[in-house]
Amino acid sequence: MDRLNANQPLDYKKKNNPKKAPSIWRDAFHRFLKNKYAILGLVILTFMFLFSFVGPYFSPYLDAKIDVSKGNQPPSAEHWLGTDNLGRDVLLRLMLAGRISLTIGIAATLIIILIGGTLGSIAGYYGGWLDVIIMRLADIIYAMPGLPILIMLGAIMSDLKIPPSQRIYYVMFILGFVSWVGLARLIRSQILSLKEQEFMLATEVLGLRDSKKIIKHLFPNVLPTVIVSATLGVASSILAESALSFLGLGVIPPTPSWGYMLSAANNMIDFAKRPWLWIPPGVAIMFSVVAINFIGDALRDAFDPRQKI
Amino acid sequence: MTQFIIRRLLQSIPTLIGASIVIFLIFALAPGDYVTRQLENPKMTEERAAQLRALYGLDKPLPERYVSWATGLLKGDLGDSLMFRKPVVQVINDFIWNSFILGVAIMFFEWLIASIVGIYSAIRQYSVFDTIATLLVFILYSLPSFFLGLVMLKIFAVDHRWFPLGGMITTGSNYTGWAYIVDVAKHMVLPVATLTLISVGGLSRYFRANMLEVIKQDYIRTARAKGLKERTVIFKHALRNALLPLITLFTLELPSLFAGAMITERIYNWPGIGKVVLEAIYVRDYPLFLGYTMLITVLTILANILADVLYGVADPRVRLK
Repeated sequence: MDRLNANQPLDYKKKNNPKKAPSIWRDAFHRFLKNKYAILGLVILTFMFLFSFVGPYFSPYLDAKIDVSKGNQPPSAEHWLGTDNLGRDVLLRLMLAGRISLTIGIAATLIIILIGGTLGSIAGYYGGWLDVIIMRLADIIYAMPGLPILIMLGAIMSDLKIPPSQRIYYVMFILGFVSWVGLARLIRSQILSLKEQEFMLATEVLGLRDSKKIIKHLFPNVLPTVIVSATLGVASSILAESALSFLGLGVIPPTPSWGYMLSAANNMIDFAKRPWLWIPPGVAIMFSVVAINFIGDALRDAFDPRQKI
Repeated sequence: MTQFIIRRLLQSIPTLIGASIVIFLIFALAPGDYVTRQLENPKMTEERAAQLRALYGLDKPLPERYVSWATGLLKGDLGDSLMFRKPVVQVINDFIWNSFILGVAIMFFEWLIASIVGIYSAIRQYSVFDTIATLLVFILYSLPSFFLGLVMLKIFAVDHRWFPLGGMITTGSNYTGWAYIVDVAKHMVLPVATLTLISVGGLSRYFRANMLEVIKQDYIRTARAKGLKERTVIFKHALRNALLPLITLFTLELPSLFAGAMITERIYNWPGIGKVVLEAIYVRDYPLFLGYTMLITVLTILANILADVLYGVADPRVRLK
């Protein structure tokens, strides 16, 4: 209304102002909900989560119950997706494996954000020799081929005789260690350009503390990038885990993951004659990853409609 | 320009040294080695193992091992593969060209299909074609390569015997000349199709996005206003500029020609470097795996420099940095 009110962003002390300018968050949220692919992605992903985390409670079978006499049955009314060689219900195993795969995907991404975000912000904000060291390290890791290094680290896990129940944690860290570089570079370049903008100069003039500058003024501006990159990161982490476990170097039994279930196809007879053992986990990976990519892509469009890739 | 190239080459030396140290350490600190693996063989005694370790130089302190390995590296000597009992360089040379054939075919089809689909989607934005292509692209790049490979193998080689089950040539055959080429081509169809499908999605999205951005520019409107044919506008005015950022993408993809595809080659039993190296890791033939990893690292660094240089050549605006 009056002229003072038009300068909303500067009026930072007044809280709960009823005439708040529409935030980029609300804008982005509206754009996100208008995206058909985003909604489709959300629906599929919610289903995958319910399927994996709630589904097992509705299964009449027990995973630990081994009955070889009922082994290798094709799909039927009792066992919708058949049974494996030990007579376990494949549908139930598919659900339990989903827990592992989805958890690893999310946890690995959190680690990527933690390492990449921290190192990227430090390098961008403080510059100087810290920047040089961090970015050199990033160059080095970027130059090394991802899959061979993952495979090598997986083989080391086997040699260290890490118990199967703990391997899942190591897999998360390995994935995080290999793939933090992209995010670190992205955040660094964003902070570098944000630092040059006038609102950062204003924080300087106001004499704000470093911690306040970073948390209240830089961080909210970088958050969209982190959210988009994290969403897409979950997708690639799920894919990477599945590849590693497929090769027998990631998660190993008794806890199955989708990738591990797919490794049934390494056996020529299972591959040719018992597709119910390995096709369902592959389809599950595909649906989860497609859904996450839909969401990530829609988020990117929502936050930054100009950027189109 | 020469100065720029020299500067970039010099800058990459610390990266290369750093990468070689990290890679070497990962391998050196791994608890098992080829000899430990052999200890599973009951005929192997501890003394014999120690003797072997001394022979392979595995008993020396780490820095010494790194220096001797790195000097070898500079002379093009990557040590001996323990699995093949041949120099690593020779093993790589034996198998890398099989991967290279696959790589070239994949790259050709990937860029051909991606450019057609991407450009067409961009000119007809939001058309039925564009919608379907976008959906397919998403699905394709969300598929794990090994799953697509397995499904194709199951459908086209097991259920319908249209294509061979794997390998590079029909076992027991001794075709020569044209017949040999046809035989290899038949074996190539499935692996090439798998890897092309996996990679075509991302690339066609780049094509589409770049085209869309260029088409909105003023000079395209000017070209249309001049009354040029639509084809001239698209291919002569728009495409040229849309291709610029793709030069970088293309150059960065070059190392993959030599890297082979570990999992896909394994699924199709293709005798490429990827499959061999994957076998090497299962028997802990670290010299071979180490040599391969280092080779790919060097190629990646070189490709990065080449990408910068080529971009500078193509777009003078970015040359002076």
